[in-house]
Amino acid sequence: MRSLRMCLGIPMKVRKINGDFAEVESGRLLRTINIQMLSGLKTGDYVLVHVGFAIQKVDPQRAKETLRLVDEPRTF
Amino acid sequence: MKYVDEFRNSKRVLKIADSIKAITPHKSINIMEVCGTHTQNFHRFGLAKLLPKNIRFISGPGCPICVSSQRYIDTAIILSRRKDIIILTFGDMLRIPGSSSSLEKERAEGANVSIVYSPLEALTIAKINPDRKIIFLGIGFETTAPAIALSIIAAKKARIKNIFFLTSLKLVLPVMRYLLLDKRLKLDAFLCPGHVSAIIGTKGYEFIAKKYKIPCCVTGFEPLDILEGIYLILKQIRSNKPEVANQYTRVVTKTGNLKAKRIISRVFKKSSADWRGFGNIYNSGLKIRTEFSLFDAEKVFPNSLAAFTLESTKGCLCGDVLKGLINPDNCPLFGKACTPDNPVGPCMVSNEGACNAYFRYR
Repeated sequence: MRSLRMCLGIPMKVRKINGDFAEVESGRLLRTINIQMLSGLKTGDYVLVHVGFAIQKVDPQRAKETLRLVDEPRTF
Repeated sequence: MKYVDEFRNSKRVLKIADSIKAITPHKSINIMEVCGTHTQNFHRFGLAKLLPKNIRFISGPGCPICVSSQRYIDTAIILSRRKDIIILTFGDMLRIPGSSSSLEKERAEGANVSIVYSPLEALTIAKINPDRKIIFLGIGFETTAPAIALSIIAAKKARIKNIFFLTSLKLVLPVMRYLLLDKRLKLDAFLCPGHVSAIIGTKGYEFIAKKYKIPCCVTGFEPLDILEGIYLILKQIRSNKPEVANQYTRVVTKTGNLKAKRIISRVFKKSSADWRGFGNIYNSGLKIRTEFSLFDAEKVFPNSLAAFTLESTKGCLCGDVLKGLINPDNCPLFGKACTPDNPVGPCMVSNEGACNAYFRYR
């Protein structure tokens, strides 16, 4: 379905960079997206894709930190 | 890590739900989720069932299709009737009822209206249809604005003469300020939109915590994110220390995406904008700058602009839903005269609309 959820962003993995564009994948979904909003992107990075554009890099350390905070015991 | 499954892990989700129960104060709490994707995922993943009953979620104005003015939709419909024009749009836009028609109805009558995934597709379509005028309906918030801006820059660079953008781009912070001034709302906190914040950063929300003493949390969209965002809000409510928390640190920084912000201001300037349900809000939208006016459908087709019309059709209460004044099921049309198959107002059409999410997942 090509219906759009407006601010939807899908994390996708960069396979190949080609100037202003990059080939990205998520599962079996492959796409060519524009990467002009980001700098210093590398193959293997994850980016958040919105309407065919990478809007931000996903930070793996921060993601781990979020999960660690959730997994820690919590006292109230 | 692929950034999806880890954040949908049911053990983690249930654990946060328990922490929420442990710290929720015994009073009614109103949290507004500003973004339509939060509304949608909140219902889709059944998160309401995991939360204490005294927490009420109010859907905010963050569904761009829902807040587009009647005039904007009517203008798109008028343009679609011209034989020399191809209208390209994101999917949900097709079924939004205008004053007397919709793009879907016009398409059935022979209008050339197509759905695209990205504004960049519009450039390709313009190149292969040099004898047609291509109009892309550019709607959205700060998340989408840089994508539209880059497409306009690309069109200028490639000297494409037959592509035009009819934009209705809106800004989240001015409408949040507007909501804070509405005394009827009694908001206790904002769940702030993660992907708008990927662009604008967390800094812009600080006035809400400082001046209005309302807790904020910038939050991601997976079930774990949403619940953790609610937990971080409740912590603030409990300690009575409003701030702008950031749950979505893997994507959102304090200052946001500076490059994207520069791209937005290169192509657009701030301007007042009409919002369904709210009326005109000062500096709450983006207009195309004069140096790109060759691509601005409003400037190129001035005779096709629809007249300003009142929005409330047939008892539709979308305006009050968007302002958080009522829940969708408080509208007399909800589920009866107005359903996703036969929508009366835009909040029932869009996947992100509060009425649509309520109808499908409740």
